[in-house]
Amino acid sequence: MGFLGVAIPEQFGGAGAGHLELCVIAEEMGRALAPVPFSSTVYLAAEAILIAGSDAQKQKWLPKIASGDAIGTLALFEGKGNPSPKAVKVTANGGVLNGVKKPVPDGAIADFAVVAARTGSSGRESDISLFIVDLKAGGVEVKSLTNIDLTRGQAEITFKDAKAEPLGATGEGWSVITQVLDRAAVLTAFEQVGGADRALEMGRDYALDRIAFGRPIGSFQAVKHMLADMYVSATLARSNCYYGAWALSTNAGELPEAAAAARISATQAFQHCAKNNIQVHGGMGFTWEFDCHMYYRRANAVALGLGSLSYWEDALIDRMRKKNAA
Amino acid sequence: MNFDDTPQEAAFRAEAKAWIAANAPKQYEDELRKASLGRVALQGANILEVAKAWQKKKADAGWACLHWPKEYGGRGASPIERVIWQQEEGPFGRLSSMFIIGHGMCGPTMMAFAGEEQKRKYLPPLASGEKVWCQLFSEPAGGSDVAGLRTRAEKNGDEWVINGQKIWTSGAHYSDYGILLTRTDPTVAKHKGLTMFFLDMKSPGVEVRPIKQASGASDFNEVYFTDVRIPDSQRLGNVNDGWNVSLTTLMNERMSIGAGVATGFPELFDFCNSLILDDGPAIENRAVRSKLANWAVKASGLKYTSMRAISALSRGERPGPENSIGKLVAGSMIQDVATYALDLQGAAGA
Ligand SMILES: Cc1cc2nc3c(=O)[nH]c(=O)nc-3n(C[C@H](O)[C@H](O)[C@H](O)COP(=O)(O)OP(=O)(O)OC[C@H]3O[C@@H](n4cnc5c(N)ncnc54)[C@H](O)[C@@H]3O)c2cc1C
Ligand SMILES: Cc1cc2nc3c(=O)[nH]c(=O)nc-3n(C[C@H](O)[C@H](O)[C@H](O)COP(=O)(O)OP(=O)(O)OC[C@H]3O[C@@H](n4cnc5c(N)ncnc54)[C@H](O)[C@@H]3O)c2cc1C
Repeated sequence: MGFLGVAIPEQFGGAGAGHLELCVIAEEMGRALAPVPFSSTVYLAAEAILIAGSDAQKQKWLPKIASGDAIGTLALFEGKGNPSPKAVKVTANGGVLNGVKKPVPDGAIADFAVVAARTGSSGRESDISLFIVDLKAGGVEVKSLTNIDLTRGQAEITFKDAKAEPLGATGEGWSVITQVLDRAAVLTAFEQVGGADRALEMGRDYALDRIAFGRPIGSFQAVKHMLADMYVSATLARSNCYYGAWALSTNAGELPEAAAAARISATQAFQHCAKNNIQVHGGMGFTWEFDCHMYYRRANAVALGLGSLSYWEDALIDRMRKKNAA
Repeated sequence: MNFDDTPQEAAFRAEAKAWIAANAPKQYEDELRKASLGRVALQGANILEVAKAWQKKKADAGWACLHWPKEYGGRGASPIERVIWQQEEGPFGRLSSMFIIGHGMCGPTMMAFAGEEQKRKYLPPLASGEKVWCQLFSEPAGGSDVAGLRTRAEKNGDEWVINGQKIWTSGAHYSDYGILLTRTDPTVAKHKGLTMFFLDMKSPGVEVRPIKQASGASDFNEVYFTDVRIPDSQRLGNVNDGWNVSLTTLMNERMSIGAGVATGFPELFDFCNSLILDDGPAIENRAVRSKLANWAVKASGLKYTSMRAISALSRGERPGPENSIGKLVAGSMIQDVATYALDLQGAAGA
């Protein structure tokens, strides 16, 4: 269908459509809880290469991403905590990487990773650089991790003198990471809104169907209010996402603030809708058989992938302050 | 949805900006800017007079009720142009608060149900602020359940005779006209026996009594009707079809109240930006930032939800239930924001 390469330029094997179209696809991916390595490959790896890759790197990787021949990911985190240059301990020296990354989304099935590594010790952002590592090559050990979301894997990747190719200039890594995270925040927010909407629909459908006290439970005001609150949070999130999509697709200066707002709003909406959907389903919501738990799991896992809610809350206020001061 | 101005929109914005810069009552700008959360009041000036003067000036230059047709006192502007105007009018737009009910609810109802001659007579002075309108729906026994209202209208020749009581009527004390929902048939189901009229608030038998609000001010009123006579020509819609007519008003109410709704967020953000707590600036405190971020995304979500409604409207779609979100969210948010601003000051907040 060309979904993977929708935002990749035609010269690199994509459809060259743009990020607006990618947002539409992201929403449907989220609605369906698609168990595919789409976000890791497309929102993270491809975006990093689009931003920082040389022409040769784009020629090498983007057509494979667009055709589905290569699965990529971003190896950023190293255990607990949120995105921060200080937390990056993996080292890059003489063209090889050493250290451990976890969790790495879809790391167990990825062919390559964009890896954030330390190339300096000044204590500043400019200590961080990016590298592309072939995960099928020597010096790479991959271990699957158990995680909340059953539809998307997480892995621990150990590098022992793994060969690495620089992506972008030395010391520019953190600035690229920040841009990638902002873009991925908008795209992921669309996945979250898709998931929130689906959880709301499931709750509504169940409420119309389920009879208790001789009436559909959807006729009880307490249930109506639960559903109305879900609709409100999903709608506010969608509106924030549309603004984010505009900022992303036009590369507007408002992107950092818009991305943080979309991220926070969509995270809250998905968690809220997935949680209330379980409540509306009563005992059924507690079972394996009904999909409620799948949405609940995704809502809680996807809330952490790019940094937690409190991380993005902090980022939003920082960005608003900067704008205010300007 | 596109958030950039098209070249035409940019030209319209520039024209609006230039006209406002040359004509707005700048002496009140600071007071108006600070007045968003509470009542709008101006030191040493009568707010009603200042508001009417600004509205008239706008009307004379074609900037009043922009989205209304020209023949009814508007400009025939698109919904997007109206938004651009509101953005540019900024704090001076707060002077329009006493016209919201007339422009947002009574006007659209008149436009949908009054005769052509009446529209040409009543709408231009409504647009220009020379005549102020109010909405007489709520009653002691008909609040949320507005169809439970009891004010009677009885036919007598070419006239209707009104007896009963309305309550919570905003601006009745300075209004020239009102739209009035009455019961014309008490024998049928409650939604089926209502009829809508418009009337001159100076009609004999209309008595307005102010209600003192929690704030100490009196912006709304009780209105008593004793044998008030309204000509049948001032009926809006068919006899006993008042419920449908009122739905037009209320759908417009949701839009006009939901759109530019105040949340208190910009004020709280500014407040936190300058407040110093025991352990440093409030804006650097993790707990404060988390609260602010949560309200920030609600405020921006509301703003873009109303922009989506406006773009739907400009594509010719009808306003739907999503327009209730503004009032639903902002109503309790503004209370929470104000409580938090007090909380941050500890005992001094009292
Ligand atoms: C973990 C777990 C363990 C359990 N263990 C036991 C057990 O050992 N023995 C046992 O007998 N039962 C047990 N139950 C069942 C539990 O008591 C029922 O799930 C509960 O009574 C709800 O019924 P329901 O699932 O049919 O939901 P429903 O009654 O269908 O309710 C669905 C939703 O509608 C709402 N709702 C229903 N009626 C109204 C109303 N009138 N007004 C407003 N809202 C309404 C509910 O609050 C809920 O949100 C267990 C349930 C769980 C989840
Ligand atoms: C500032 C202000 C300005 C106003 N201006 C005007 C005006 O200009 N013209 C005009 O006509 N009216 C006006 N109103 C009236 C407003 O429209 C009514 O207050 C409103 O319809 C509520 O009616 P009520 O006060 O009788 O409350 P009630 O109907 O008595 O409601 C009390 C509480 O019960 C809840 N409740 C009621 N019914 C239900 C239900 N079925 N299910 C669940 N909860 C329910 C309500 O949500 C509310 O919380 C104004 C009100 C205010 C506060």
